[in-house]
Amino acid sequence: MADIVLDKVTKSFPDGTTAVHGIDLEIADGEFVILVGPSGCGKSTTLNMIAGLEDITSGELRIGGQRVNDRAPKDRDIAMVFQSYALYPNMTVRENMAFPLKLAKMAKEEIDRKVGEAAKVLELTEHLDRKPANLSGGQRQRVAMGRAIVRSPKAFLMDEPLSNLDAKLRVQMRTQVSRLQKQLGTTTVYVTHDQTEAMTLGDRVVVMRGGHLQQVGDPQTLYDRPVNLFVAGFIGSPSMNFLPATVEENALRCPMGELALDDRLRRLLTAADAPRQLVLGIRPEHFEDAALVDQAGKGFTFTAPVDLVESMGSDKYVYFSVEGGPAVAADLEDLAADAGGADVPHDRANLVTRLSAESRVRGGQEARIWMNVDKIHLFDPSSGRNITLQEEEPAGVAAS
Amino acid sequence: MATLDTGPRAKLKWGLLDAVVVVFALIPVLWVVSLSLKTTATLTDGNFIPREWTLDNYRLIFQTDQFVRALINSIGIALISTLIAVVLGTMAAYAISRLDFPGKALLVGVSLLIAMFPQVSLVSPLFNIERQTGLFDTWPGLILPYITFALPLAIYTLSAFFKQIPWDLEKAAKMDGATQAEAFRKVIAPLAAPGVFTTAILVFIFCWNDFLFAISLTSTEQSRTVPVALSFFTGASQFEDPTGAISAAAVVITIPIILFVLFFQKRIVAGLTSGAVKG
Repeated sequence: MADIVLDKVTKSFPDGTTAVHGIDLEIADGEFVILVGPSGCGKSTTLNMIAGLEDITSGELRIGGQRVNDRAPKDRDIAMVFQSYALYPNMTVRENMAFPLKLAKMAKEEIDRKVGEAAKVLELTEHLDRKPANLSGGQRQRVAMGRAIVRSPKAFLMDEPLSNLDAKLRVQMRTQVSRLQKQLGTTTVYVTHDQTEAMTLGDRVVVMRGGHLQQVGDPQTLYDRPVNLFVAGFIGSPSMNFLPATVEENALRCPMGELALDDRLRRLLTAADAPRQLVLGIRPEHFEDAALVDQAGKGFTFTAPVDLVESMGSDKYVYFSVEGGPAVAADLEDLAADAGGADVPHDRANLVTRLSAESRVRGGQEARIWMNVDKIHLFDPSSGRNITLQEEEPAGVAAS
Repeated sequence: MATLDTGPRAKLKWGLLDAVVVVFALIPVLWVVSLSLKTTATLTDGNFIPREWTLDNYRLIFQTDQFVRALINSIGIALISTLIAVVLGTMAAYAISRLDFPGKALLVGVSLLIAMFPQVSLVSPLFNIERQTGLFDTWPGLILPYITFALPLAIYTLSAFFKQIPWDLEKAAKMDGATQAEAFRKVIAPLAAPGVFTTAILVFIFCWNDFLFAISLTSTEQSRTVPVALSFFTGASQFEDPTGAISAAAVVITIPIILFVLFFQKRIVAGLTSGAVKG
């Protein structure tokens, strides 16, 4: 067990592209850290550099206080679980799990004992003599985990280990991975592009984009206090609503109407030297059916036609489209591209709200909706910076 | 993939078609077998099934030093060439499929060029070179050009096999504590084995069947291989028709190939389909 320190770690490829730009990250002993970001953000490259499968172009990597930049993977004493599981198809489950121990020239009885123990923990005992080809996806995944844990390494690296499983199994395995990590107390670095996995698994989450760290913090901090548009839009499902907003004399004009600027917001806007055009961000759960809110006076109430109601049983997702067009910012385009659909250009902005199940809102009708103004975030559209965070302590590390 | 019609009529149709192909391919072979079993007197009677059976032709060829010596040459030269070509080819193919090194495209291009080069045009230069260097009419004198022409074949077949092996396996082996060499030996090589066997068979057949180099670069029994020795066959006496003996020898030299293929058949089939099944 050991801590892992990345000190200005950079990766450039021979063709001139830089995948990772000087990352600083300290992972404490026993910590479960998640690297999350859209594809191509450098998270897997970072993981491979920690593993030793990719050379570090510049900067320093320390594991347990020792510089390991030039050490081969086998001398770093870390285990890795691959997205494809990378089980050796010519070996049985037992041989797969025993492989690292055999290479370490461990005594036969010792190997048998350790493999037996790991198999028991992962409920693989009755499959030990089968070949990977005859196992189900979940079983293969567990074998891959088993191969990592038998060796009691200093750290585990996991590269999207659950992404090949079906949705139900993924949730199940997520809990198992989490429990296993707590049980073993081994430092773990976990890469995923799924923000739900990142939020539920990690002690700390590292959001990356384009080879830069965006924000590092515990899941709740990332959710409540995102440092920029990208983090705000990436974390949370359904994601935060972004709307164009204009600062006027005493109000903030947004598609739902004019929000009064209170002292706090005014102070923040002045302090940040904010432009007049802003992006307003608000999460779906900060809306409510106005009929169900007691202190409606505290927030902002508006009326809008309902597009669609999705009842989840516990809540209702209600979709509105409001006049005024979607917010425009470079960060938002990145997010849309990652979500797979560069949104159809539209002169109306879409608004997703999460209302209580008791709400009687119907599709096609007008609805009165209450919005919690205290929870809005204001972003500078050019830099993506979250202006509403300024007065408070900076939440985690914000890199360029 | 379109679903195949597997009704009885379709089966009959395909069965007939297969039979035609098999008969077409096998008739010359069977004819040679038939000739080898005929007596000299009935050689030219035109019967497919010999009227008079005899094994004299086989006895004859094994009594002549010429043939036995050529058989030893053939086996030795083909085996050595195959071994070297497969070992070198495995290493080259592994590098080509796994590593990015300067000049990779050039290497692949050149090996393709060699494979396409008409061998005939190399015969005279090789003849001169080998006479100057003293390689003419020796085993190495044949092994070297065989390796040259077998290597591109080996590299191409093997790199296709290596490309099917997920790179993650190698990374996993490294993470599990293997050195590059151990990762190759314990993880990659066993998975590439079907490819290696397939390549070995193809290369062996190429070396075994070669006539052009063998006749141009040899002059005595010392290194003459069977295909060439066959063409120098005469009967027991000058006036005897050697057709029967040649046929017998032709049958004998197909046997190693048949054995080789039968022995590795399972491996070849596994090799050819290994990409289709998810490991």
